[in-house]
Amino acid sequence: MATAVEVRDLKAWFGKTEALHGISMSVEANHATAVIGPSGCGKSTFVRCLNRMHETIPEAKAEGEVKIGGMDIYSTPPVDVRRKVGMVFQKPNPFPSMSIYDNVAAGLKLNGTRSRKTLDEVVERSLHQAALWDEVKDVLKKKSGASLSGGQQQRLCIARALAVDPEVLLMDEPASALDPISTAKIEDLIFELKQKLTIVIVTHNMQQASRVAEFTGFFLMGHLVEFDKTEKIFTNPTDKRTEDYITGRFG
Amino acid sequence: MEFPRGHVANNRFTQLRRTVTNHAATAVAATLSALVVSTLVAIFAYLAIKGATSLNWSFLTQTPKPVGEVGGGMANALIGSVIILLIASVLGLPVGIGAGIYLAEYGQNPLGQAIRFTADVLNGVPSIVIGLVAYGLVVYEQGHFSALAGGVALAIMMIPILARTTEEMLRLVPTAVREAAFGLGIPQWRTTVSITLASARAGIITGIMLAFARVAGETAPLLFTALGNQFWNLSPNQPMAALPLQIYVYANSPYEDWHRQAWAGALLLIIMIVGTTSIVRFVFRQRLGGAR
Amino acid sequence: MGSSEAPKISLVTTSPKAPAWSRSIFNLDSGFKGLMLVAGITVLGIVGLIIAELLQRSALAWQKFGFHFFTGSAWDPVSGEFGALPFLFGTIVSSILALIIAVPLALAVAVFVTEMCPPLLRKPISFATELLAAIPSIIYGIWAMFILVPLLRGHINPLLVKYLGWTHLFKAPDYGYSMFAAGVVVAIMIIPIISSISREVLAVVPQHQREAALALGATRWEMIRMGVLRNARAGIVGAIILGLGRALGETMAVTLVIGNSPQIAKSLLAPGYTMAAVIANEFNEATDDLYRSALIEIGLALFMVTIVVNILARFMVWSVTRGVPAGARGQ
Repeated sequence: MATAVEVRDLKAWFGKTEALHGISMSVEANHATAVIGPSGCGKSTFVRCLNRMHETIPEAKAEGEVKIGGMDIYSTPPVDVRRKVGMVFQKPNPFPSMSIYDNVAAGLKLNGTRSRKTLDEVVERSLHQAALWDEVKDVLKKKSGASLSGGQQQRLCIARALAVDPEVLLMDEPASALDPISTAKIEDLIFELKQKLTIVIVTHNMQQASRVAEFTGFFLMGHLVEFDKTEKIFTNPTDKRTEDYITGRFG
Repeated sequence: MEFPRGHVANNRFTQLRRTVTNHAATAVAATLSALVVSTLVAIFAYLAIKGATSLNWSFLTQTPKPVGEVGGGMANALIGSVIILLIASVLGLPVGIGAGIYLAEYGQNPLGQAIRFTADVLNGVPSIVIGLVAYGLVVYEQGHFSALAGGVALAIMMIPILARTTEEMLRLVPTAVREAAFGLGIPQWRTTVSITLASARAGIITGIMLAFARVAGETAPLLFTALGNQFWNLSPNQPMAALPLQIYVYANSPYEDWHRQAWAGALLLIIMIVGTTSIVRFVFRQRLGGAR
Repeated sequence: MGSSEAPKISLVTTSPKAPAWSRSIFNLDSGFKGLMLVAGITVLGIVGLIIAELLQRSALAWQKFGFHFFTGSAWDPVSGEFGALPFLFGTIVSSILALIIAVPLALAVAVFVTEMCPPLLRKPISFATELLAAIPSIIYGIWAMFILVPLLRGHINPLLVKYLGWTHLFKAPDYGYSMFAAGVVVAIMIIPIISSISREVLAVVPQHQREAALALGATRWEMIRMGVLRNARAGIVGAIILGLGRALGETMAVTLVIGNSPQIAKSLLAPGYTMAAVIANEFNEATDDLYRSALIEIGLALFMVTIVVNILARFMVWSVTRGVPAGARGQ
């Protein structure tokens, strides 16, 4: 069952620099929430806190309350958190030394799944969900993960993340390195996926946000300036700063 | 497309195994690293313990006593090492640094690639083989052992090291510096000598000292070139003592007193090598730029 | 002003080549380049010289024994029998033994320093491995001879015989001077090179691979295995082979502890001999041309083996650190 993400007063630091100043936000289950804002506003940092990836950076720290489906992620081992919260990165990062099959199965194997039958099923299902199955079904074990095109690689990464059955999928500018056609494919994917998952997508492309997300949060300099239905943010924002950003006065 | 849940094997045993494996891996890596570091400590400790008391003024200034007699020193070996190193430098520095300059300034072509590759491969040739070659080139032709032959052997070893480090250091000098010189009308050769080389001076000197440290400790190439000498000798045309050689002969002998002196010699050698490299790195630390 | 005809010389040039007028007026430029070229070609010449010398001076032995030189197991200079098999055997066995001991240790250090250890420890441990690399062979030799061998003989070898004697690899009698001792000391000597190249190779693995593994819920060790080691495979193999190259040519430390006995024994505790050690030990004692020629032929063989090994190793390391990582080429 997809669950909501509840964030309360989340702060994050890089060394001594405070990058996030007390973010509070409620992410609705089974919907896509976009996180927008100018460069350096903390949107990537925010999202990386949600699966505890932020603290993997040396000298980085995070504090506050983040509950995913009721689970407090800061009192759960990161390994377990990251199984529930998947992530797709800006630059596709499949494992080049593994085949397509092995890439998708990687997370499953880590968790001890050995049965060939289960692995085959899940790999196929995940590749279907990522809309990649038809393109690679004949070369699953023959081609390496890195031999695909950029758009295909990103869908492979999505399949890989989906294979471990996450409740939330974080996407950090997933299409910014891709061509428009691949971008469109990924946006279509998001439409399908959000029926059963909760998606949080970071994007610097406001049109993308308005296309795929029901909710949007606008970040500026480490603060969550406004969070509301996407429609409202883009047509009738409450805060002047939001309006300035939307209309292109800065950022 | 269905999204059934729960197929991810999540049993407690697996998760426990993963956690234990993770911690075990860290423990094993840490332990083995500690083992390696403690081996280093053990070596230095023994060198100090066994050699320190014997490393005194008379050791540094006296020549060996006749076989079986207690006392004496390695003064001749010390001077011998210096002389052989000097000969090696006269032969090896111009060629090594020159090759490095060629590679950096003119070497972006197949010939340069071949030279680069050859230098790297030469670096891996066992030093005893180099000794054999120097034997054939010098000792055999002259009919006797000599410091010169030893110098030739060490020069052959120095050249590839110097070529590569010089090239690396020169490459670190930004192209803009050379272009500024050309813009002022300075000819290419002058630019390389007075400007590029000067900018890379710190790194090149470091490279030279490192090459010295490397070859000064070599024994094998001197075994059948310089041969060694129990007596005081300054002539490059005769067999000459060298510190590593002397250590080897003494260690291999049945005399306790010579063993003691071998330790002292070893301690002296390591102090010189580590001392030189440390001082050079320290003095030039700021000017080395992107170098290690 | 007016009609003065001062030659137009451009003082600002963006091309890295020297201005034309200096190149034609001063031949020093081509002279200088020529001089540097000579230095460069000398490097090539040195290799040629090495090969020529070795070939020439081993010719005598080659003519007399042919290929059987390397298959004969009797080395008896007194009666003129020169079979080099014991040295091949000794070189290979001692080097492989050294690798078996060194590789886990070197990789552990490399992984620990790059992926695991607290930042404070990084410099000291790297410094320690650098120091280990700076110690000359002769010093390793006397340390091994006076400290390691008695330690092995007194404490370690009896245990090996007792518990591992069933493998037939560890048999009494044992004087300490053995293949095993040589393997141990050479292992210590090659750890630094394997470790430092492995570290370079590990450091080059892109951060996004580590993140990919972590984001899937991998533990740190799983992340290292899946996201780092897998990607660095080729380079690490290259580092190991470079270590092998070093081990093959080790002379002084080996000859002081291996026992210098030209025999082929099954027990690692028996004395042995290597190609480098026999040359070091016997060349100056060689009484006739054939003897010397035989030793030089061994030197030639050693040269060729180390060249091949080194080329192979450098190619593998180069493919990871300089070129595109092997896996990403879409194989």
